[in-house]
Amino acid sequence: MNIHEYQAKQIFAKHGVPAPRGFIANTPAQALKNAQELGGKVWVVKAQIHAGGRGLGGGVKVVHSLSDVKKAATEILGMTLVTHQTGPEGKLVRKVYVEEGIEIVDELYLSIVLDRALEMPIIMALNEGGMEIENVAQKYPEKIIKIPVDPDFGYQAYQGRELISALKITDKREQYKLQNFLKALYELYVKNDVEMVEINPLVKTKIGSFLALDAKLQFDDSAMARHPEFEEMRDIHEEDPDEREASIYGLSYIPLDGEIGCMVNGAGLAMGTMDTINHMGGRPANFLDVGGNANPETVSKGFEIILRNKNVKAIFINIFGGIVRCDRIAKGIIEATKKVEVNVPMVVRLDGTNADEAAFILEKANIKNLITATDIGDGARKAVEAAKNA
Amino acid sequence: MAILINKDTKVIVQGFTGREATFHSEQCISYGTNIVGGVTPNKGGQIHLNLPVFDTVAQAVEKTQATATMIFVPPAFVADAIMEAAVAGIKFAVVITEGSPTLDMQAAKACANKYGMMMVGPNCPGVISADACKIGIMPGNIFKKGNVGLISKSGTLTYEGANQVCNEGYGITTAVGIGGDPIIGLSFKQLLSMFEEDDETKAIVMIGEIGGDLEIQAAKHIEQHITKPVVAFIAGQTAPEGKRMGHAGAIISGTAGTAKEKMDALEAVGVTVVKTPADIGKAVKEVLSK
Repeated sequence: MNIHEYQAKQIFAKHGVPAPRGFIANTPAQALKNAQELGGKVWVVKAQIHAGGRGLGGGVKVVHSLSDVKKAATEILGMTLVTHQTGPEGKLVRKVYVEEGIEIVDELYLSIVLDRALEMPIIMALNEGGMEIENVAQKYPEKIIKIPVDPDFGYQAYQGRELISALKITDKREQYKLQNFLKALYELYVKNDVEMVEINPLVKTKIGSFLALDAKLQFDDSAMARHPEFEEMRDIHEEDPDEREASIYGLSYIPLDGEIGCMVNGAGLAMGTMDTINHMGGRPANFLDVGGNANPETVSKGFEIILRNKNVKAIFINIFGGIVRCDRIAKGIIEATKKVEVNVPMVVRLDGTNADEAAFILEKANIKNLITATDIGDGARKAVEAAKNA
Repeated sequence: MAILINKDTKVIVQGFTGREATFHSEQCISYGTNIVGGVTPNKGGQIHLNLPVFDTVAQAVEKTQATATMIFVPPAFVADAIMEAAVAGIKFAVVITEGSPTLDMQAAKACANKYGMMMVGPNCPGVISADACKIGIMPGNIFKKGNVGLISKSGTLTYEGANQVCNEGYGITTAVGIGGDPIIGLSFKQLLSMFEEDDETKAIVMIGEIGGDLEIQAAKHIEQHITKPVVAFIAGQTAPEGKRMGHAGAIISGTAGTAKEKMDALEAVGVTVVKTPADIGKAVKEVLSK
C-alpha cells in the first residue's frame, strides 16, 4: 500500500526523522493560510499524487510571495498531472502540500528496502539526489552505496560510519546528524512493516542539517492487519475503482488494452495465460487471478468486472485446480451466467482438483456461448479465434 | 530416488483440524503420504482423520518421530509455527499459507536456518515426489512417476508444467513449488543442485516469473554447476511494467526483473527457454530425446 508524501512525513515526524515543516490543503485559500502559518519568505507547493516525477510535470512550484502561493495552489489543484510514473492518462491532483522553503547545499538519495537475495534490509544511498534512481542503478550500479542490516541485531552505528565514509561526509556535526537520521529511519522501517522507504532527495541544508525533502513510503500489504491506523491513510482516488472492487472479493485484477478477457487461478498461470494469448496472436484485456478461495460469488464478480470493459470480445477461463476446486468454478460460471449476461464467447479450460465433476456440471447446465478447451494452448487458440470472429 | 521427501518421510500437519488443512491432509493421505499426526493448540488428545492431535510440535515430534511438517495456520501465525517446528527438531517444513508479513518471514527464515530446518514456501503449493509422498495442495494424479525434476515459483504453473511433461509420456521425480514471496525457503539454486545429484532425474524444468533476480542467480548457478538439461519458462512477458513491483527492489540487483532479461540470461547458459507454458512439454521431449 502506498501513501502520500504528506502522510509519509507525518509518520517521519512521529519517529524523529527530520523533514521540512508543512501543511496539507484542499483549496487555494487553505494553502495560503498554511503558508502564513509557516512564515518565512519561500514556500514550496507540491501536488500530492502517488507517483514520482511531479516536479518535471509541473506539480511542484517554489514561490516567493504569499500571493504566488495561492496562485500556484490554484494552478496545481485540479490539474491532471502526467509524469513518467502515472502513464499517459495522468492523475488528478486533489491536494497540495505547502512546505517551508529550504536552503539546500547538497542533495543525496537514501532508501531502505528488503534485499531478497540477502534476506535482510539494506540501506541504499547515492551522492546525488533527485536523479531517476532506476537509471543510475542500470548505468552506474557501482555508484550506489549498499549497507545491509542484519535484522537479528538491528541498525548499528558502524553501519552509519560505513555509509558516511562512502558519502565522504567529513564534518563531525554533519556526521552526527546523519547518524541520528539513519537510526530513526531504520526504526521507522521495522516498526511499521515498511516495504520501502525512499527519500529522494535527502538534502543537506546551509546549517548542516539533513532533511527529507521528499518522502515515499510503501507498506507490506500482508502486515496491514496489525496497522489499522494506516487504513485511514488509504486514498481510494489513487486506486483504479475496478481493481479496488476486485480486491474486496479476493480477486486480483489489472486492466490491459487487449480484447480477450482472462480469468485464471494463480498469478503465475494468469501471466502465463496472457503470454500464450499473445503468442497466438491475440491480446489480453486484463490480468485476473481469482485466488485460492474462488467461489460462485467471486467468479460472478470476476465476470462482471471483465465485461465492463467494452473491448472484450471473448473470455478465456483457464483454471488448473489445486487449492481451487474446479467444481466450485463451474458452479460459479453457471451462477454468473444467470446474473450477468455473458454475450461473448467463453472458452473454458478446467483441469486439476475435481475437474471431472466440473465438466459434468458444466455439460448439464448447457450454457450458451461456452466453448470447452483441453489445455492452455488449445484454450488460448480458441479464444483468439473467437475474438477474431466476433 | 527423488529429492527432499519419500514414502518413509514422517509428516505432521500444523493447523491440522482447520477446514482446508483437513481437506488437503486427506488428499495427501490417500496419495500415500505418511502423515503421522497433527498439531492444533488446545485440541491435544483428540483424534482427527484417525490420527492423533497434539497441542505442540514438540509433543508431536516426541510421540511420532516426525521429521517433516506441512503448515496450514493463518497468516499471522505462520512465523510462530515455523519457529516452533524448527526448534522442536523438524528437518523439513512446507509452508502453504499465503499472506504472511515479510518481517515475520525474515525472522522465521533466520530461525529455520539456525536450527537446520529446510523450508519450502510460504505461499506455495508444496512438494511432491511422484507415487511416493505429497506434502502440499497439488492435485496428485497429474504427477506421474518419471525422470524430470520440476521447480516453480508459481503454484498453478507447477501443475501446468507437470501435466505437460506427463502428457508427453514422461514423468516427474519431484516437483517443488517454491512460492513467489519476497522471503522464501529453498530457491532455484539449491534445488537445481539437488536434482543434479539425484540419479533418477534426467532433466529439470524451472518456471520463473517477473520480479526479483532469483532466475538470474539460477542462470549463473547453472553455468557453473548444472550439467543436466534445463527447460525454462518465465511468466509475465506481456505483463505491464511497473504494475507489480516498486522500483527499489530492482535497484538492488541492477536489473529490472523483466521476463526478457531472465530469458536472455538463461538462454545464454544453454537453457532451453520456451515462450509459452504450452510449449514446456514439447521442449522436455526434445531435450530428453537428444
